[in-house]
Amino acid sequence: MEKGNNFLVGIYDDEDVLLEAVGKVKKSGVKIHECYTPFPVHGLDDAMGYHYSNLPIAGFLFGMTGTICALTMMIGMMGFDWPMDIGGRPYIPLPDFIPITFELTVLLCALGMTGTFFVVSDLKPWGTPRMFDPRSVDHKFVMAIDLAANKQDAASITSILKNSGATEVNKKSFE
Amino acid sequence: MHVTSSVRPPLVTGGKKYEDVTQDICKQVEGAPSTAWKIAFTFSLVILFYGGYCLWTTWYEGIGMWGLNKTIGWSWDITNFVWWVGIGHAGTLISAILLLFRQKWRTSINRAAEAMTIFAVLCAATFIIAHMGRPWLGYWVLPLPNAFGSLWVNFNSALMWDVFAISTYFTVSLVFWYVGLIPDFATIRERATGIRRKIYGALSFNWDGSAKTWSRYEAVSLVLAGVSTPLVLSVHTIVSMDFATSIIPGWHTTIFPPYFVAGAIFSGFAMVLTLMLVTRVLYNLEDYITIEHIESMNKVILTTGSIVGVAYLTEFFIAWYSGVYYEAFAFQNRAFGPYWWAYASMMTCNVITPQLFWFRKVRRSLMWTFILSIIVNIGMWFERFVIICTSLHRDFLPSSWAMFSPTMYDVGDYLFTFGFFFTCFLLFAKYFPVINMAEVKAIIKSSSEHKK
Repeated sequence: MEKGNNFLVGIYDDEDVLLEAVGKVKKSGVKIHECYTPFPVHGLDDAMGYHYSNLPIAGFLFGMTGTICALTMMIGMMGFDWPMDIGGRPYIPLPDFIPITFELTVLLCALGMTGTFFVVSDLKPWGTPRMFDPRSVDHKFVMAIDLAANKQDAASITSILKNSGATEVNKKSFE
Repeated sequence: MHVTSSVRPPLVTGGKKYEDVTQDICKQVEGAPSTAWKIAFTFSLVILFYGGYCLWTTWYEGIGMWGLNKTIGWSWDITNFVWWVGIGHAGTLISAILLLFRQKWRTSINRAAEAMTIFAVLCAATFIIAHMGRPWLGYWVLPLPNAFGSLWVNFNSALMWDVFAISTYFTVSLVFWYVGLIPDFATIRERATGIRRKIYGALSFNWDGSAKTWSRYEAVSLVLAGVSTPLVLSVHTIVSMDFATSIIPGWHTTIFPPYFVAGAIFSGFAMVLTLMLVTRVLYNLEDYITIEHIESMNKVILTTGSIVGVAYLTEFFIAWYSGVYYEAFAFQNRAFGPYWWAYASMMTCNVITPQLFWFRKVRRSLMWTFILSIIVNIGMWFERFVIICTSLHRDFLPSSWAMFSPTMYDVGDYLFTFGFFFTCFLLFAKYFPVINMAEVKAIIKSSSEHKK
């Protein structure tokens, strides 16, 4: 994703303007690096061409792991390792195992999916984030264009951004 | 695109724009603590230290310091535990169930309610650890290999289910809460300088608000809400099974799981209202937590309070209809025995007074809401006391009938949890954004006065 170090940053005041701008900018042949918004803008992922996240699948697999671990643990401990005769009732009373199986399913699903989310989105407590404009976590909607990934020159992209409704277009490079 | 009927009153008033939301919430985090906050914090710390002394004594000397006797083996400890866990349920209900139902009014209150959940579950855990008597052996509840065989924990026991339920509930609530906090910490980070920027930078996990990350964030939130919903129902179901799977008349009741879950939401919403009404005034959040929010919460209180009321009456009816002598005695004794006053308090506070919320004027009155929310909290404490203590105090052998009188350590340990809860809540209210800024910004276009 990170090709160059010279970016053009279009600042928009409204999420609906940004949403339309993504389509317009793409149509004029400019590749968008990424958009940055202060809150989730519905439809932006479609406009950017992102498919729906696979994280729920990861969550399901982690949840299944929890189910299997819980059942294996309880059946192993109470059914085989130390069977207890409680009034002649079965050593492996499956209904009694359901609550803990459910809890461990939920626990592993939640922890696993959130952990995966942190890893794939590179969310971690150390380091510094690449902020194209600090206002993008406050009230502005930001579109970043990687100049190295585009054939057009900065001046023409700037005018495309301005025409799509950007109130400001700034240059940004990271150290 | 959001489409909201124009009949619906706005959820964010005062003509707020995106930058106003940031400014209004961040200024509480960035400014110096107010005098009111300092006084409240000092007061909480005093209670925390006094309670801490009582709790330490209970741990050091043993639970003989409590007023328990050989007939009443569970009293304030488990009453307080169930009370706190119940209070916690509102946070998950607001953040998870209302998210699944796409209720936009949850956005202004979910952050504080979830914080309340986490602190309330910790308070509840205090009593679980304390009632073990030897807290340093608390790890014995975990299925760890040991030198006794290995002799494993009993997975048939509802108490064992509780260990897993409460710890899962705490962990998942914490994760859900923290994931929601990350974007708001990034907002604070970009406004801060120096050491504060470093701290909020670490807390914000390098959040940059990219479209891709938001898309994943929404997927994670939805699935977390999806798994938290059955989780919150399972937790209080399992808490009720601590009683329902026993053979004590008055506890051995199949109605307990739904009755406990409704009661938990009932008391939780009352506590959210108590806290939010105060926070709203102190932090000038009237434009975010509007009368509409308060009215919606009061409607939930009215509904769940009525469910609880029906459950009380059903229990009584079944005790008679079952024809079981001991069951009938347990319920007669509850209502007309020596603990009649506890039963009467429960009925008044939980069933009768919340019915005032049928009146629109009462639902929309801040003073009435505040008073009734406190009454509900008192009533729900009595409900647990009635279930636990009055079912035990006249047991199978009249010669061992007894009464319970709390000692200063019963009171002190309860005070400890209040001190802990309010200390945590005040720290949260000062250093964390009390309202979910990102989510409120997301509803501004569809649910504020200047919707387009």
